[in-house]
Amino acid sequence: MEWLNFFIEALAFGATFIYGSTGEIITEKSGHLNLGIPGIMCMGGAGGCAILNVIGKSGMDPFLMVAIGIIFSFISAALMGLIYSFLTVTLRCNQNVTGLALTTFGAGLSWTIMAKLQQTQYLTTPKTCFRLPFYQNLKMWQEMGLSSMQKLGIMFFLAIIIAIVASYVLYHTKVGLNLRAIGENPATADAVGINVTKYKYLATCIGSGIAGLGGLYYIVDFAASGDAYKSLEAFGWLSIALVIFALWRPHITILGSTVFGILFSCSSMLANLDFVNLTMSTTPILRMLPYVVTIIVLIITSIRNKKENQPPQSLGLPYFREER
Amino acid sequence: MASEMKEPLIHITKRSFVSTTRAIVVRIVAVLIALVVSGIFAFLLIEKLSADPSRIFEFYGCFIEGVFSSSELVWTYFKDLAVLLCISLAVTPAFRMKFWNIGAEGQTLVGMLGAVSISFYLGGKLHPALLIVLMLIAAIIAGAVWAFIPAVFKAVWNTNETLFTLMMNYVATFLVNFVLLLWVPSGNALGVLDACRLPILGHQYLLIIIVAVLLTAFLCVYFKQSKQGYEISVVGESERTARYVGINVKKVVIRTMIISGILCGLTGFLIGAGLDHSITSDAIGGQGFTAIMVSWLAKFNPLFMVITAGLVIFLQTGAGQISETFDVQGAMPNIIVGIILFFIIGCEFFLNYEVHFRKSKKHAKGEAK
Repeated sequence: MEWLNFFIEALAFGATFIYGSTGEIITEKSGHLNLGIPGIMCMGGAGGCAILNVIGKSGMDPFLMVAIGIIFSFISAALMGLIYSFLTVTLRCNQNVTGLALTTFGAGLSWTIMAKLQQTQYLTTPKTCFRLPFYQNLKMWQEMGLSSMQKLGIMFFLAIIIAIVASYVLYHTKVGLNLRAIGENPATADAVGINVTKYKYLATCIGSGIAGLGGLYYIVDFAASGDAYKSLEAFGWLSIALVIFALWRPHITILGSTVFGILFSCSSMLANLDFVNLTMSTTPILRMLPYVVTIIVLIITSIRNKKENQPPQSLGLPYFREER
Repeated sequence: MASEMKEPLIHITKRSFVSTTRAIVVRIVAVLIALVVSGIFAFLLIEKLSADPSRIFEFYGCFIEGVFSSSELVWTYFKDLAVLLCISLAVTPAFRMKFWNIGAEGQTLVGMLGAVSISFYLGGKLHPALLIVLMLIAAIIAGAVWAFIPAVFKAVWNTNETLFTLMMNYVATFLVNFVLLLWVPSGNALGVLDACRLPILGHQYLLIIIVAVLLTAFLCVYFKQSKQGYEISVVGESERTARYVGINVKKVVIRTMIISGILCGLTGFLIGAGLDHSITSDAIGGQGFTAIMVSWLAKFNPLFMVITAGLVIFLQTGAGQISETFDVQGAMPNIIVGIILFFIIGCEFFLNYEVHFRKSKKHAKGEAK
């Protein structure tokens, strides 16, 4: 039972990364390496918490409250994406530098906003709403020894739905085909008559919005603690790593994020087991594993050099129609 | 008919030439607008300021106060500047050949780890001068190895270097955490190591400032005068051209990254032995990422980097002062630095491109006659 509990915990933890990397995949497919994802996730969290801070104790319908939280989180993260796409698409600035600046800005702004909010307002009641439907029968799950079931809330299932829908749209619809064409070679896509600028803007903003939901999920649902926002930036970088791990396919992020979640939380799990004699110092090594695994995947895909497993060809390059 | 087709409202062309005055004016205007926008953000976020808008002058005064109000602060300013400048210079060789090394944070950290571990294990057992030499060598080797790994994979299999070096940062962070737990199993901070000390020249911070100046001069000469510097520029401009003229691209990529790594390691050594005398996993404090922006803003020119690094540190210090004066919780410096960066990055557009608006019909006819 303990193992199952641990697995569910890892699964729930992974949903943070599903949001982050699905958002990043959509952005990267349009040819933009958005290193601003950590900042965007922070802002998504802060935006959602800011509105929950207002409505948290109003006693409104739980589903309405969750919906409002999600919408505001999405909008505030998408606004960050708008800054990024204005700078990189319209003004054709360097993507790496813009992304890093966005992370600096977003993390700073979210910390400042979160420091103003009241934990009792944005967390205490909303937490119980976000953790529906299993939170209702909390006692029953606890008796079964599966108290982590409560963490599989509304937003957990939303993450999985978003990842699957994103995968379908990217690989089985015309819109997805157009988007991938832009990421591979924008000049060719432009010649075919695809509106490159529109696609890039939409992909970046929608991708950022989705990534932002990861921030809200982590703060209000999974971690549900007052200083959860401080560790969000690190998870943002891990989400970017997961994109490589998932070979640019959103549905694989579900698997990848579970692996990351297990690797990340197994250090605390293993410490509780009697037969595994672990010292404190192994914790960082286990924490390092997700990054090492990502590097290995990156190396293997580049050695195998299969076309469908590569980053989009024009990733990181600005597109200017009149340039040859 | 083609002549009836609607002309787009805005038409953008690439500029072939930018005058120096224009380049300077556009950038100054960008910084000024950014300062106004930061003022607006501060007004919204700082309660003491929104309650009493007349304190806005005090807000801008903080930038000056934070840096110049005492000689010790001025020293600290130049120390921070030197650290950021060293890391920015270190990432530049790789950037000049369009190798997006965003792993400076990790390379500097392992350099620092190398230096500190030598002093941890051998401190007191060796002659101090020998110890310092060994620490320097360890730091340089560690930094070089951390840069060499992604470089080899890039050169041989064209592995994406941006993502690879990014991951290496975190491996470095957790490696430091691991080593720290080996040394101090209780999980407490390591504390100051007495053996881990460089001799003090005049002032505690003078050494790293001198190194930063020397490094700037060295890289200026290296890029402009040496054959290797020229090869880096050619590879950055076009890999194919480089191959046609007989440059061994793989060799240049690996060599340049090792130079980057060595310089990062050197900086890590200076931070570890000259400033902190200890190590924590966040000792570099994100300056490795800031350095990327500093280097890019300076167009990879070592001399301009002195200015851009100076500006960034000025803003960080000033915003820190603001947090203190106005009692702000959170991370005000990051917000202000972020806003300024957006504007400086964005203003490049007005230097590289020219915007033409659609001429009104009357105007167009007049021109045709």
